[in-house]
Amino acid sequence: MTFLVASLAVLAGSGLIAAVLSRWSRLSTAAGAAGAVVGCALALRPALAALLGEEFVSRWRWTPPYGELAIGLDRLSAFFLVPVLVLAAVAALYGRSYLLAGKRRPLGPHALFFNLLVASMVLVLVARESMVLLVGWEAMSLTSFLLVTFEHERAEVRRAGWIYLVAGQMGAIALIAFLVLLIGHAGATDFAAFQHMARPDPWLAAVLAALALMACGVKAGLVPLHLWLPEAHAAAPSHISALMSGALIKIGLYGLLRALTFLPPAPWWGPALIVLGFIGAAFGISQALAQRDLKRALAYSSIENVGLILVGLGIAYWGIALRAPAVAALGALAAGFHLWSHVFMKGLLFLCAGSVLHGAGTRNLEALGGLARRMPWTAAMLLFGAVAIAGLPPLNGFVGEWLVLRGLFAAAMARGGAPAIAAMLGIGALALIAALAALCFVRLVGIALLGNARSEDAERAHESPAGLLGPMLVLAAGCAALSLRPAIALAPVASFAGQLFGAQVAAQVHALSPALTTLGSISTAVVAMLIVLGAALAARVSRPAAAPPTWDCGYAAPSARMQYTASSFAQLATSTIVPPALAPRPVVEKPRGLFPAPAAFRSEGADLVAARWYEAFFARWADRFARLRWLQEVALQAYLFYVLLMVVAALAWSSLRGWAGK
Amino acid sequence: MGRQVTGALSDVAHVAAFLLLPPLLLGVINRTKAAFAGRVGPPYLQGYYDLVKLWRKGSVFSTSTSWVFKAGPVVGVATAALAAALVPVAGHAPLSFEGDAILFASLFALGRFFTIAAALDTGSAFEGMGAAREATFSSLAEPALFFGLVVLGRLARSLSLEAMLTSGNWPPRATASLVLVIAALFIVLLAENSRIPFDDPNTHLELTMIHEVMVLDHGGPALGAALYGASLKLFVLAAVVVGIALPVPHGSPWLSWVALLAGLLAVAVAIGVVESVMARLRLVHVPSLLVAACLLSAFGIVLLAR
Repeated sequence: MTFLVASLAVLAGSGLIAAVLSRWSRLSTAAGAAGAVVGCALALRPALAALLGEEFVSRWRWTPPYGELAIGLDRLSAFFLVPVLVLAAVAALYGRSYLLAGKRRPLGPHALFFNLLVASMVLVLVARESMVLLVGWEAMSLTSFLLVTFEHERAEVRRAGWIYLVAGQMGAIALIAFLVLLIGHAGATDFAAFQHMARPDPWLAAVLAALALMACGVKAGLVPLHLWLPEAHAAAPSHISALMSGALIKIGLYGLLRALTFLPPAPWWGPALIVLGFIGAAFGISQALAQRDLKRALAYSSIENVGLILVGLGIAYWGIALRAPAVAALGALAAGFHLWSHVFMKGLLFLCAGSVLHGAGTRNLEALGGLARRMPWTAAMLLFGAVAIAGLPPLNGFVGEWLVLRGLFAAAMARGGAPAIAAMLGIGALALIAALAALCFVRLVGIALLGNARSEDAERAHESPAGLLGPMLVLAAGCAALSLRPAIALAPVASFAGQLFGAQVAAQVHALSPALTTLGSISTAVVAMLIVLGAALAARVSRPAAAPPTWDCGYAAPSARMQYTASSFAQLATSTIVPPALAPRPVVEKPRGLFPAPAAFRSEGADLVAARWYEAFFARWADRFARLRWLQEVALQAYLFYVLLMVVAALAWSSLRGWAGK
Repeated sequence: MGRQVTGALSDVAHVAAFLLLPPLLLGVINRTKAAFAGRVGPPYLQGYYDLVKLWRKGSVFSTSTSWVFKAGPVVGVATAALAAALVPVAGHAPLSFEGDAILFASLFALGRFFTIAAALDTGSAFEGMGAAREATFSSLAEPALFFGLVVLGRLARSLSLEAMLTSGNWPPRATASLVLVIAALFIVLLAENSRIPFDDPNTHLELTMIHEVMVLDHGGPALGAALYGASLKLFVLAAVVVGIALPVPHGSPWLSWVALLAGLLAVAVAIGVVESVMARLRLVHVPSLLVAACLLSAFGIVLLAR
């Protein structure tokens, strides 16, 4: 408890110091980063203790009219808190070097907002009372908005920031509605009261679950609420993208799981989560594989991975509904393992993208290429992260996918009839999603890192300084640990599954230990085999006979522009596998008239949901609300009059209610 | 103790057979095609001669390439060799655990990832084109393979290849599903190994090629490793198809080995026949055939669970 409060105080205090010292960039960022690392380290101790079973809740009375200030840690919170803290500390260190390298403005405010974001994420995870949760949730949305708009002089960053802010507030509205309904039913604002309240009737429970899904779905990037994700991730500085993709969207999942603990389990949760997960995974990867912006591709891949985690969670809830703890254990382990490994993988990939941006000056795939020779460390780590997130052995992404597939298979074996057929067809669908993920990431690697430089910027690319590479190495080491020793995640997952799904499921998770150990030894064997065979071939070809340019079927003067481009690599897949509605579409500006203006031809990724649905929806409501504008366009006195009217109305209503109650 | 030694010896024999025989399979395919064309054809052992020749040659590495280019063939051989250890013969595989079927499929995906990366590393338009095709077509082959594995897994109540390929006494109602799965997996085998009707290993027109064009810039030992890895992959996938089609009851290791080798010969001849009597499909029709394979094996699932 003391550690937790101290951590929050250190985070906020160091942020303020950084803001005060803003004139001296190096000093201020050092204070901010040091505060973030110390704050995270302080909170890590109670988090690990809570995972081992040392749970607690502390309460204080406070002045706001509702409830009391209650914070606490249980296994569910701690399971999310641990990776969030690790990633936040790494991102803080990286962010300092990253921003100092591109120093253009005072960095104090950025450090303040960063530390406040970390503090608010911690607050959301430890909140045990509705008001605390709401305050933390809103602080998280606002500080991350301020961080996303760091380069606010660019129009597209401002646009992305607004989309993010609006999306966050829409989620907050759903969250408020959820809490109001819940508080109305339970008669108290405390989480403990929610857990012990009378069973809500099925309709209220369904409405509450749907509201929680909407509120948290916005943060978690659930399709179709994912709209902000690619925009904000592309616009934000890379360490912020890493923190958002690695930590912030996981907090959305935490909120969902926490909300579900308040409700009586319904049999439809599992199938609904599985279907939502599949929609998210299929949509995310179909968009990711056609992106030309490195960071947008990574953002869409986060949507895919959240989908995979949801499928795992869905299997777990389904297993509970089927009274099959072994199935539930596979689902819970799949979700938990993939959640932790996604924090490391996606954190690493975004930091690598930042390093590419730093070294080559662009994140447009069509302007990259040849970085493997100019930025060897960054390239090696990006390749490592790509293999991991594509779900390929011997890395941690494969372990997660293996568990999801086994979970689906176990669910299919536990049931007969249509659900079993659906689960088995789901295995094939997941195989297709995994294959497309491999396509997407081999494309990122092949186009951005390999071949010849496609632009002068890429030709002049240089390796990033140790301040950037160090934090990347930490995350890569985390991935490697989860790959070679996947069983280390077992105890934490069992602990979190025990709270959510019961002791029986936790025992079954522990029973999966031999399977994970086997996978770990297989990974080690694959790595060893690759080293031995690689050394054999390297010894044989150590002195190549010649080093001419690429043969290219005899073309005398191959140029970098003759290489396959990112768009052309994805074109066959988008035209044959991806549904036409989701495929990128060509935009042609034809030359017109006798003296034609310059013409253009390009293809644009179609985020269908964004392009049609939301824009039409918002345009219609903007028109309707425009009719109310006369209420607004008045003097200050009129506003005071409105306030008076509201107060009188509220008084009248409450006294009428009191009168009717008698 | 004695049983352990026999077990270890049989594992060594298993690995040795799987590592040494693959080039022979190519010889059989080529002799079959030659017979259809009325030629004598290359010797059965031509594959081995080629590998020895390539291993002795010097290497040429383009200035565009990095270490990833050399890693491509290495990963291809390593993943196919590990997959070979997962395929059971006579009810036993050197490496087996619950869920190894998923690893089996994913190992090939890893090999493909690096083959594609190596192709893109050359910066050649032709190799980029082949890489894009390989990535797309294999994405479509993957669900067909997994559906097939799921049918077997449902029958064996396990996702381990050892259980899936060797029990053999399936209920009669599973026959239809198994036939569909064998057909689908044979299509996957042709697609994954770039045989006609998906790709012509003998073609010399770069524009139409898939796998062969991806290794255009590899030479010497690296090319040898790439070719060997490809033949190993063909051998291993064919062994799985044979394992489904010719299940041998437990307890007769010799009979199992004979059945496996006879079945592999039959698959090689079948590939040779297909390559002799069919033309390569137009590229736009390749996805349709792969989707057909997916649907065949998906139908196998539905038949099984009805």
